[in-house]
Amino acid sequence: MPLRTPPLRAVHADRGAKFTEFGGWDMPVEFDGIQTEHAAVRSAAGLFDVSHMGQIEVSGPDATELMNRLVSNDVTALDAGDAQYAAITAEDGTMLDDTVVYLLPDGETYLFVPNAGGDDDIFDRWVGHRDRWNFDATVENATEEYAMFALQGPDAVAVADDLADAALDGLSRFTVTDATLAGAECLVARTGYTGEDGVELLASQTDAETVWNAIADTGEGTVQPCGLGARDTLRIEAGFLLAGQDFHPETNPRTPFEAGIDFAVDLDTEFVGRDALAEATDPDERFTGFTLTERGVPRHGYDIVNTDNHVVGTVTSGTMSPTLGEPLGMGYLPTEYAGPGTNLRVVVRGSQKDARVQQLPFYKP
Amino acid sequence: MSFDIDTDCRYLESHEWVRPDGDTARIGITDFAQDELGDVVFVELPSEGDDVTKAEEFGVVESIKAVSDLYAPVSGAVVAVNERLFDEPELVNDDPFGDGWMLEVAYEESDLDGLLTAEEYRDQTE
Repeated sequence: MPLRTPPLRAVHADRGAKFTEFGGWDMPVEFDGIQTEHAAVRSAAGLFDVSHMGQIEVSGPDATELMNRLVSNDVTALDAGDAQYAAITAEDGTMLDDTVVYLLPDGETYLFVPNAGGDDDIFDRWVGHRDRWNFDATVENATEEYAMFALQGPDAVAVADDLADAALDGLSRFTVTDATLAGAECLVARTGYTGEDGVELLASQTDAETVWNAIADTGEGTVQPCGLGARDTLRIEAGFLLAGQDFHPETNPRTPFEAGIDFAVDLDTEFVGRDALAEATDPDERFTGFTLTERGVPRHGYDIVNTDNHVVGTVTSGTMSPTLGEPLGMGYLPTEYAGPGTNLRVVVRGSQKDARVQQLPFYKP
Repeated sequence: MSFDIDTDCRYLESHEWVRPDGDTARIGITDFAQDELGDVVFVELPSEGDDVTKAEEFGVVESIKAVSDLYAPVSGAVVAVNERLFDEPELVNDDPFGDGWMLEVAYEESDLDGLLTAEEYRDQTE
């Protein structure tokens, strides 16, 4: 199958980006080096093209009911312009995806963002359930209409604010507004995936280049173009899940409680998977962070063993942390091993490296 | 983008270089390889006295995004290891033909047969 390409692939190539396949998309993995880009986001501002993320719009009289029955959080709690993190769960309570749900400023349209490559399946799920339940709602897969950028870092909001026709510095966390940036109509949300303050922007694909260049060229080098490589190291430091890697509907099905995102579940709503989750609030295993105390890098798929040499878990994500200079990893561990300070070992290419459980997130700005 | 290539070295297609110097030869990875890997964060190397075998794995280099095996361009006993790389793996990125060297081995000159010349390696990477 041919790779899907973000609208600005050529623009990124001109800036010297290297590309990688991710979720069926041909995406920039780095522009100037992962450590350089990572550091820019922690100290100033970095700009990511995240047009591989899906966009599904839901509107109509039964839009709220449809959303509320298919995501784990309570969307009725959203006012116009609010955003909310949620899981999309199967009947058995395990996660098919995680997502951010926005109630757009019009107060009528929900927009939510499935992970890369998941937009078609999730769209089908919404349409299928709408039809089964006879809901009056319009569901649209708008992934190919939007470009999505993430501008992240302590200076990010100020950079966006300077380019916008409306003040963005007063935009609260997890809210979204309409704004014109560099002459282009955008949705601007104070959300992100790096652990830093910042905004995520949606623009039409027609305006994508204008918006990207306006931000990337602002203030002569104050905004670092960043690829998916730095996005991964940043989100691991922040302890954020990556769908398909830290949980997977087929190969590693996990409930939101196992994954440690209890805050994204509202058992007072009637969503698919709710009844199973009500019985599973106290799971046997928890998503847990650890650091290696010996040299080495923990990576996806490596075994985690206890001090008696029994395999007790598997690394789902790991990296050498650019900010902390330590090897960090995450994975699911039985609760008896999940307490901070617990000593474990990770099998790195056949040799066991000492590790110690650490509270997530590893890094908080 | 053009990469540095040291004309004193011979090369493996897998991007390791070997630079003969008297009875010993230094081994490292090329400028092209370090650029492909990105930021190097970890290097695993044999110890002094270990043997390495031509075309076989002798260690591992890890960047943030990938793990790559290292292959020996020549056979021989390891007479020196660049221990600076354990604390400063970034030297592989900064100076792949210089401070980023990895091993020094007592080698057989005949092992150089079949390795790429600088010119042939350049053709491969362009």
